[in-house]
Amino acid sequence: MADLRVNIAGVEFKNPIIPASGAYGFGREYECLYPLSKLGGISCKGTTLNGQNGNPAPRVAETPSGMLNSVGLQNAGIDHFIEKELPYLEKQDIVVIANVAGHTVEDCVEIARRLENTSTHMIELNISCPNVKQGGAAFGTSCQAAEEITKAVRKATTKPLMVKLSPNVTSITDIAKAVESAGADAVSLINTLLGMRIDINTRRPILKNNVGGLSGPAVFPVAVRMVWQVANSVNIPVVGMGGVSTYKDAVEMMLAGASAIQIGAAIFADPFTPVKVIDGMNEFLDNNNIEKVTDIIGKVQPW
Amino acid sequence: MEYVQGEYRVVSKKNLAKNVFDFTIDAKNIADLALAGQFVHIKVDGFMLRRPISICEVDKENGTIRFVFEIRGEGTEKLSQVNKGDNLDVMGPLGKGFTILPEDKKAVVVGGGIGVPPMVEVAKNYGENATAIIGFRSANAVILDEDFKNMGANLMLCTDDGTMGRKGFVTEALKERLEQGKVDIIQACGPHMMLKGVVALANEYGVPCEVSLEERMGCGVGACLVCACKTVKDGKEYLSHVCKDGPVFKAEDVIL
Repeated sequence: MADLRVNIAGVEFKNPIIPASGAYGFGREYECLYPLSKLGGISCKGTTLNGQNGNPAPRVAETPSGMLNSVGLQNAGIDHFIEKELPYLEKQDIVVIANVAGHTVEDCVEIARRLENTSTHMIELNISCPNVKQGGAAFGTSCQAAEEITKAVRKATTKPLMVKLSPNVTSITDIAKAVESAGADAVSLINTLLGMRIDINTRRPILKNNVGGLSGPAVFPVAVRMVWQVANSVNIPVVGMGGVSTYKDAVEMMLAGASAIQIGAAIFADPFTPVKVIDGMNEFLDNNNIEKVTDIIGKVQPW
Repeated sequence: MEYVQGEYRVVSKKNLAKNVFDFTIDAKNIADLALAGQFVHIKVDGFMLRRPISICEVDKENGTIRFVFEIRGEGTEKLSQVNKGDNLDVMGPLGKGFTILPEDKKAVVVGGGIGVPPMVEVAKNYGENATAIIGFRSANAVILDEDFKNMGANLMLCTDDGTMGRKGFVTEALKERLEQGKVDIIQACGPHMMLKGVVALANEYGVPCEVSLEERMGCGVGACLVCACKTVKDGKEYLSHVCKDGPVFKAEDVIL
């Protein structure tokens, strides 16, 4: 049994596998399959200050080796999260990452304030949702806006702060450096890539929102590249995600520089994916006589 | 909420009509839990997202689940190529099913096209007290009529073009049935327009009504929130999710 523990910004995870925000709700839907305590952590569904309905359906479209979604951050608001979801998660022996997705800087600051005296272990500031008109990716596509919002939330919380980055930018490393300089303790990437599908018979986009975020194995190589670039340009931990569906993918992304891995779309195809990735990773490390999973982080040998 | 996921053997495969397939899988642990109106979420080789398909019949004694689906796209086409003896990766049973009243109650089940299959398991419960009103485009699309007859249900078969049964929509037959006498519940699955018509009649005659909805789905268990549908809660419009809050809803709770 290899040592799978990782430490991100002072928070210890029993293993590096974390279901990604939006793919796993608050975990309740999967507790009948396996105990959540098997997972390293959970990145909770993105929470806005007040609840919101999100976009009209259809909100999902299949794509080659992937999917588009345009949920639009449907959630019941931060108070609901604190009162109804957090007490459940507290009992699961798992690192709880609250995903903060305000529409304005002030919203995000207020959400972080409300989380300050809760048991949440970590904040993931979502500056990259492609499916909302206000806020979302608007914060994550300019260095100045990314820096500003990170600074403001940094002041409002003493909890470890991870900022979730958008791949829909010219230079993700510049954004990563901007949030690092603004006080982020970690970055997570990549959020979904903006995409579109059209029904050739009706000439209508399949998504009612016209466009949506692409995830799944199709985005994996893009994610590996961005994780590698970002890991080489900042000094804070990088949590990698984007199309990971097997332990091999997870190992590959850690070699690229990720200190932990989030898994999203693959869970829809197989809800046991996170557990299979943990088991597979452990076996891989044992078979290769690697004692600690941290020994593979960033160990790619570029040409 | 309780469901399982596993590999289950296909023990029977039939082609009921053009592009309509009837599968039975040996899935005791799903059958033990399954209720009328719930669905199974099926992995198809080469496709990212599972295909949600309603349960047509549950055989608790033999531990099997029957589902009937129509080829609608590449995924269901691939699923139709699975053969008897092959294994399928299935999650289920998922979602909320139909309310089942005591068997002496008078139930009317209404199904349109590929919305007919889930009504079989519902009607089974009421035997001769069930009226099954099923509608299809044409005679060559008619499926499962014998299943309703065999369980003793009063069958009202409709086709749009009159090539089999009565000519016309299920709503006309439903109105006729409601005029004939007491109905305790109406339960329906089918195209959007049909459901609208059924709900309007249920309201007119003051009969409780449940409808089964469909929407493009992701996780199937209520985590990803993609399959949103408009519902009403405390007088306010609210987005529920077909996979977990449905697929069966009380008619008064949904905005069709």
